[in-house]
Amino acid sequence: MSERTERSEGREGMPSQYGMSGASSPLWEVFVRARRGLSHTHVGSLHAPDAELALRNARDLYTRRQEGVSIWVVPAGAITASSPDEKDAFFDPAADKVYRHPTFYEVPEGAAHL
Amino acid sequence: MSLDFTLAIGDDALVAAQRLGEWTSRAPEMEEDIALANIALDQLGAARLLLTYAGELEGAGRDEDDLAYLRGDREFRNCLLVELPNGDFGVTMAKLFFLAAYQSPLYTALAGCADERLAAVGAKARKESAYHLDHAALWVKRLGDGTEESHRRMQDAVDEVWPYVHELFAPDPAAPVDPSTLRADFDATVSAVLDEATLTRPETGWAPGGGRDGLHTEHLSYLLAEMQVLHRAHPGASW
Amino acid sequence: MYGNDFAPPEDAPGGGLLGEVEAAEAALREAAARARRGGPAPDEDVEAYFTDVINADQKIEPRDWMPEAYRRTLIRQIAQHAHSEIIGMQPEGNWISRAPSLKRKAILLAKVQDEAGHGLYLYAAAETLGISRDELVDLLLDGRQKYSSIFNYPTLTWADVGAIGWLVDGAAIVNQVPLCRCSYGPYARAMIRVCKEESFHQRQGYEILHTLAHGTPAQKAMAQDAVDRWWYPSLAMFGPPDGDSTHSAQSMAWKIKRFSNDELRQRFVDMCVGQAEVLGLTLPDPDLRWNDERQAYDYTQPDYAELMRVIKGDGPCNRERMAHRRKAHADGAWVREAAAAYAAKRAERKEPVAA
Repeated sequence: MSERTERSEGREGMPSQYGMSGASSPLWEVFVRARRGLSHTHVGSLHAPDAELALRNARDLYTRRQEGVSIWVVPAGAITASSPDEKDAFFDPAADKVYRHPTFYEVPEGAAHL
Repeated sequence: MSLDFTLAIGDDALVAAQRLGEWTSRAPEMEEDIALANIALDQLGAARLLLTYAGELEGAGRDEDDLAYLRGDREFRNCLLVELPNGDFGVTMAKLFFLAAYQSPLYTALAGCADERLAAVGAKARKESAYHLDHAALWVKRLGDGTEESHRRMQDAVDEVWPYVHELFAPDPAAPVDPSTLRADFDATVSAVLDEATLTRPETGWAPGGGRDGLHTEHLSYLLAEMQVLHRAHPGASW
Repeated sequence: MYGNDFAPPEDAPGGGLLGEVEAAEAALREAAARARRGGPAPDEDVEAYFTDVINADQKIEPRDWMPEAYRRTLIRQIAQHAHSEIIGMQPEGNWISRAPSLKRKAILLAKVQDEAGHGLYLYAAAETLGISRDELVDLLLDGRQKYSSIFNYPTLTWADVGAIGWLVDGAAIVNQVPLCRCSYGPYARAMIRVCKEESFHQRQGYEILHTLAHGTPAQKAMAQDAVDRWWYPSLAMFGPPDGDSTHSAQSMAWKIKRFSNDELRQRFVDMCVGQAEVLGLTLPDPDLRWNDERQAYDYTQPDYAELMRVIKGDGPCNRERMAHRRKAHADGAWVREAAAAYAAKRAERKEPVAA
């Protein structure tokens, strides 16, 4: 979910009376290594004011069922994503290299046996 | 005496879990709601192991639920610290911080004690407790060194709760772990975190106690009334 | 978490649904594995490309072009779903402090905690559509976005916790399982995760009712009373009858929604009848009977006028639920501000060192 759409309009109408705190926490992308020997896999995102809290929140949110042995958190803003228009140029050259399996997109929780 | 000691630390964990559970759906941020529930679950888990063992030591056939639901407040042995109301998030973090700074060395020491059952609980709970301490310390620092308002609130919370920590370390040489031996560790942890949080450690003066003897604050009876109401309304029922 | 005292899977309902979730997950992988189309060709119409991807049962991903209405529909639906999880913590959270055994207390705490987690997974999915969680929370607190009306009913007894698990979570799962195949990738993936976790919720509710129904006469009466109160509101969770539902057709075409309200409602009723028999409890519908011709149960429709009243804000607990959420948000403002201020201070202190 690191590839957010670029626009940030989306407010439906007038500003809210509850948008008072102003101090909105940054978004972090969370990657979990499910078991020793596997690579870290993107599992979702969360909000936290800083990296220390982000890491702890990630532990509580994404590994409640012992889904991981290691966690990375990355500020969402630090991720540069390719755009779908570039997809062919980016990825087609790798299409015949079947031994390289990308693991980034799929694999929601419980993707054991993969 | 192992029984009194086991009841005391089991009741600490149970009452702490009950208070933390009250935060559910009320935390300052949704992520924190989940964190508080995790800590409550850890405390509750430790309480169940300890109360089950206490029931066995007692030898009267009482299980964890008999002990949790069918004792009155004069029979509870928890410290006063855990039964204090949650207050605002700062008070809750002060309570959790002091509790974890006590439980963490306690469980570590317990893990090496001669009683195998208690040692097993200690070995399991000390990891959890280290996490609780980390979590609470992290918030004490953020609130202490955050905004002017949060600093004021956090200092007030520390001042308010501090008197209740002394009871935790009353000497008990006969216990599997003598609580007085944990004080130095506790003081070192507290000083380091409060310093970093730009908070002042309160002077020690008034030092209420009595929890270990079943003499509690007025709050515990209400807490138990709520916790026990349903169980007591259906004597002998299974759930 | 300590212990492993969640209900064992045997004799529990919903196993078939969990199988469907797994099938959806497998389908998601298969779709991903099929020869993939890159982006639209330079001269290709993006809209035709979008339709192609949908028709091929491939997933739309966040940076793909999508019709504005598709985006808005998804934001609304995912957000309402997320809000429902968060507001839904309240009725059950109401019984954490009074749970009748320590084991039940632990299970309920874990369950309500899961609801918070599900809310967060869903907010994260909605955020991929270009709206922030803060904005969504504001829309909820302002009352401009809704949550499931079921949570505006009170939990009066412990048995309500069981009834919510069995009926409300059961209805939610029937609703959500098809969403695991939704055309929008982040939503489908979030739903797979949510549905897997929800199956434990439904089982724990069913187990509570089963224990009560086989307990003392007072416990059994409590269980029956809860089922009597939760049955029709649960049926209403599937929304208005098909003829009156406004969003359905377009959502079906976009593969956001895959079955109609009435189809899902029927499916739920058919599931519940047998489960109620095992419990030894009665569903409060004298006209409930098997229809051999339709191969389905005939049943009495819920009171849709009541549903509309609750949606409009006049349910028993609408005001309380919103007040509770607003208070938590307002009471936490100083904490969130402190954390932000602390992070800013740290970042400032760090920079000169790094430079």
